Amino acid sequence: MQIEFEHRQAAHCENGAVSNLMRYNGIDVSEPMVFGIGSGLLFCYIPFLMVNHAPAITYRAMPGFIFKRFAKRVGVKIKREKFKNTKKAQERLDENLSKNNPVGLQVGVFNLPYFPEEYRFHFNAHNLVVYGKEGDRYLISDPTVEHVTSLSEKELEKVRFAKGAFAPNGHMYYPVSFPEKVNLEKAILKGIKHTCRDMLAPIPFVGVKGIHKIAGLIRKWPKKKGTKVANHYLGQIVRMQEEIGTGGGGFRYIYAAFLQEASKILNNSQLSDLSNEMTEIGDLWRDFAVNASRIYKNRSSQNDGYNQIANQLDTIANLEETFFKKLKKAV
Amino acid sequence: MKKSEVPQDKSTLENTNIREMCYAVDENGEYTTELSTGWDPKTIALNNTLAEIDERIAAAKEKVLKNETSPIEYYMELNRMDTSVLAGYTGFWQWQIKRHFKPSVFQKLSIKRLQKYADVFEITIEELKNSNA
Repeated sequence: MQIEFEHRQAAHCENGAVSNLMRYNGIDVSEPMVFGIGSGLLFCYIPFLMVNHAPAITYRAMPGFIFKRFAKRVGVKIKREKFKNTKKAQERLDENLSKNNPVGLQVGVFNLPYFPEEYRFHFNAHNLVVYGKEGDRYLISDPTVEHVTSLSEKELEKVRFAKGAFAPNGHMYYPVSFPEKVNLEKAILKGIKHTCRDMLAPIPFVGVKGIHKIAGLIRKWPKKKGTKVANHYLGQIVRMQEEIGTGGGGFRYIYAAFLQEASKILNNSQLSDLSNEMTEIGDLWRDFAVNASRIYKNRSSQNDGYNQIANQLDTIANLEETFFKKLKKAV
Repeated sequence: MKKSEVPQDKSTLENTNIREMCYAVDENGEYTTELSTGWDPKTIALNNTLAEIDERIAAAKEKVLKNETSPIEYYMELNRMDTSVLAGYTGFWQWQIKRHFKPSVFQKLSIKRLQKYADVFEITIEELKNSNA
């Protein structure tokens, strides 16, 4: 069986899966819209937690939060199920497919056969949509990949029950009820306000303050940790910023796209100007990545190199602070 | 970033025909998307990470040969895991796993426990035990 499901590639898996599921159910929202309404944009340094043997920082909200907030703000009800029993998990999936209901699944990346070897890490907060089954193969729409693909029963079970941080436990989700009329305006305002609050939070690890914090750490790393470790840490920052489906510039470009779309829906030209500003800030994040890569490429430990990119981050943090204060006033 | 500036650098992605989506503005200042084959600053970071993983695997192998650790640690690194991920897959506690790294403890592990590790690493007990790494 195969459900008529339109696969559209997205930059990020969560926005993409949500956006595709919504469109299937007749609510046409773009990936940036989902991201903006769900207040996806963030900067956060999580002290004491190490990911891939480096400090954990993130440029977006916790896995699952974007969808949760989006659904709440737009008025869509979501059914979520987690399973202990792998058989039960498959039965419930098959049941939904036989009812012509495509579902979103949270999966681990490490055992996804269609991912290139280089990208297979134990990262468990990936999202994809299952839209049918042919024989014992599930038809898969993975939003980060250009074309649809398929997985065997065994392969799908393995990724649904991946272990480690954010273990999915077979997590399956799908919308069950929709509002009569979708009121995007209100949802957009809520989403923007929430993001401003996050980015300007008076907490040393979050938002603008978090960026300053990381800048401060970067200055200390070469002396405290040695060149090798410092460079590894830097590389991880760039990877978090650019790799995990961010659409470029640590999600800043997606957010700018959201603001542009929002300015049209709300008829607010200020948001369009702010979109341009966010694009420029995104460019600065890209510059930061380029300069950071120069340091870890040459495996050099020139201290002023670290200081220079730390200065760059401080500049970005200051710009984002002014930016989000303006954005707060604009809505 | 302008649409025309979306990087199309050579990367490992190219061989697999996977392209990544970027958001960028077109000539009229409107946001649109463009697929990218890769970007050097990212590729270098990823390659460094992969090199690092290889180093960790080699170091673990070395330790196994010197009888300083058990093959469990080697296979853990080979599968890009750390003790917390391995704990998730095996159901053992992290402290138990660290104990199983000791060659003397590893020698005495029951078949049942060895089988658990072997299943997770997708190898046989023989391979786990006689790992010439």
